[in-house]
Amino acid sequence: MRPLAGTPHVAEVVERLEEARGIFTLRLRFTEPEVHAAYGFAPGQFNMLYLHGVGGVPISIVSDPEDEHMYDHTIRAVGRVTRALAGLKAGDRIGVRGPFGRSWPLKEAEGRDVVIATGGLGCAPVVSVINYVLRRRERYGRLVILQGVKHTADLIWRERYERWARMPDTQVLLAASQSGPQWPWRTGNVLNLFDEAHVDPDNSVVMMCGPEGMMIAVVEELKRRGLPEYALWLSMERNMQCGSGRCGHCQHGGRFVCRDGPVFNYPDVKELLGVRGF
Amino acid sequence: MDEPLFLPAESLQALVDALQGRGFRCVGPRVQDGAVVYGRLDDAGELPHGMRDEQGPGRYRLRHEGDGRRFAWANGPQALKPFLFAPEEPLWRSRTDADGPVFEGLEPDTTGPLAVIGARACDLAALDLQDRHFLGGPGPDPHYQARREGLFLVAVDCSHPAETCFCVSTGDGPQVTAGHDLALHELGHGYVVRSGTERGAEVAAALPVRAARHDEIEQAGREVTRAVRAQHRRLPSRDLRSVLFSQLEHPQWQRVAERCLACGNCTSVCPTCFCHSEHDQAALDGSESLHLRQWDSCFTEGHSYLHGVVIRAETAQRYRQWLTHKLGSWHDQFGRSGCVGCGRCIAWCPVGIDLTEEVAALCHSDEEACE
Repeated sequence: MRPLAGTPHVAEVVERLEEARGIFTLRLRFTEPEVHAAYGFAPGQFNMLYLHGVGGVPISIVSDPEDEHMYDHTIRAVGRVTRALAGLKAGDRIGVRGPFGRSWPLKEAEGRDVVIATGGLGCAPVVSVINYVLRRRERYGRLVILQGVKHTADLIWRERYERWARMPDTQVLLAASQSGPQWPWRTGNVLNLFDEAHVDPDNSVVMMCGPEGMMIAVVEELKRRGLPEYALWLSMERNMQCGSGRCGHCQHGGRFVCRDGPVFNYPDVKELLGVRGF
Repeated sequence: MDEPLFLPAESLQALVDALQGRGFRCVGPRVQDGAVVYGRLDDAGELPHGMRDEQGPGRYRLRHEGDGRRFAWANGPQALKPFLFAPEEPLWRSRTDADGPVFEGLEPDTTGPLAVIGARACDLAALDLQDRHFLGGPGPDPHYQARREGLFLVAVDCSHPAETCFCVSTGDGPQVTAGHDLALHELGHGYVVRSGTERGAEVAAALPVRAARHDEIEQAGREVTRAVRAQHRRLPSRDLRSVLFSQLEHPQWQRVAERCLACGNCTSVCPTCFCHSEHDQAALDGSESLHLRQWDSCFTEGHSYLHGVVIRAETAQRYRQWLTHKLGSWHDQFGRSGCVGCGRCIAWCPVGIDLTEEVAALCHSDEEACE
């Protein structure tokens, strides 16, 4: 699929969902039918969303690539543009360029266990993977979902985790550093979940997103448990303005995160991962 | 290519006329605000006759020496970069109608085919790198491409390198060897002319030229050799990637940060730096908004901003990003260093930071690797 690079196309907010305080999902559809028909993406890719007169921001796509009706972006209102996007309602229109970047290795993962390890607020870049695997359950082995949050209140999509936990061959393990009442899962961080997860070191593909410190800790833990580095994948974030590896802001060493990533195989980025300032 | 030709000094106007006659707008070096920069050139008499430059760390001065040479100086602050990668340009516009926003792509801003007279070898090497960045990868950038396609390059060998030059060590000068339509070597009484392209040869054939004499070609060669020997600064000729990335915690990064103002002058004058920001400029009444791109610098705070956090908050981290990219990870991206040895970042640094000295200090503990 040729990315719709260049000038944004107009998309309409079909629905706006409030996920948690400050976190919302925009369900979008291109207003021009031929643009909508030509658009396609793979889980892990992102779009640049533009609000007229305000600016643009890169946001990962959380919906299923075969859902042709609309595509979803879950956004946390933290900056100038995302706070403005938070004010949108159904029927409003924005500009969209994309999709950009490389996707999760879902083809390579076929026949293997898929382990999702996420930390921090939300796990938007991998929700699409979870949905993708669950819709194509026969193609994959076990699905293990590990999520760590700081506070129990930080967990969004609680009912989704509960629903996923009831799916066949699917294990959902959650941990909160500071747990409280109504928290049926573990206390601690995501690393404390691996004893229960029983990750098969020879037949697993691990996909991570979250703070880099957390991903580095998960990588170390998994290597200690015998997983090869090439089985580890992570989604990275950097300042992105063009989406096509031109503007230079997202560089991580020699890699343009927007174009060579945001999903990387761990050996490709390990040299500078965790080095402050890169 | 063909045998070298000779164009008498007094006939240089014929070159300007020939290019204008073929529809090119000509720009060439002019003295402006005490520096040699490119400007519109209709009259060869406006070239910097008899000018000489003195450059050093944080220093650039012009003086008049009174001879007839027009190109006897090393590069001023301006490279070819702004002609192709515009310092600021609009990419698209949005406006609102009854249904909401409408986005309109904007045509590349080009004033028609451009001929640049006086480009140096280092700048042609830099242009090649900008070409790889803006024309390769995900497909050509239409704005850069539109201007690049119309560009005619008359390059000039560098016979008077500045103290800040080190193109010999990067392999990019001082002689013009690639990327030109025409290459001139200035002698006291005229120019040895070589063509690099078919269209260059066509233009040369239309000039009042004769075959260059053996002694003229030899003199040009001697001047190039002298220019090579005049350069004292150097970068280690090998790939510095592994050295620099093995020295990420070297105390020299802090030492340079104590002097560096993080002003971004180095990235502005660098002929290969490509970073740019994209931002929106809304009309006061909100009805229209322009989406522009503008040169940016890895020395700014905003360059590494990521949802509320600045990844490179410290100047040491920004200088390290610049140098490790320019001399290190550029190899990963483009198969060569991003430095062409023009020395502009040294001359135009307000505090005179010299990247060749910084590299030498970083390599101090690894001298063998930095040969």
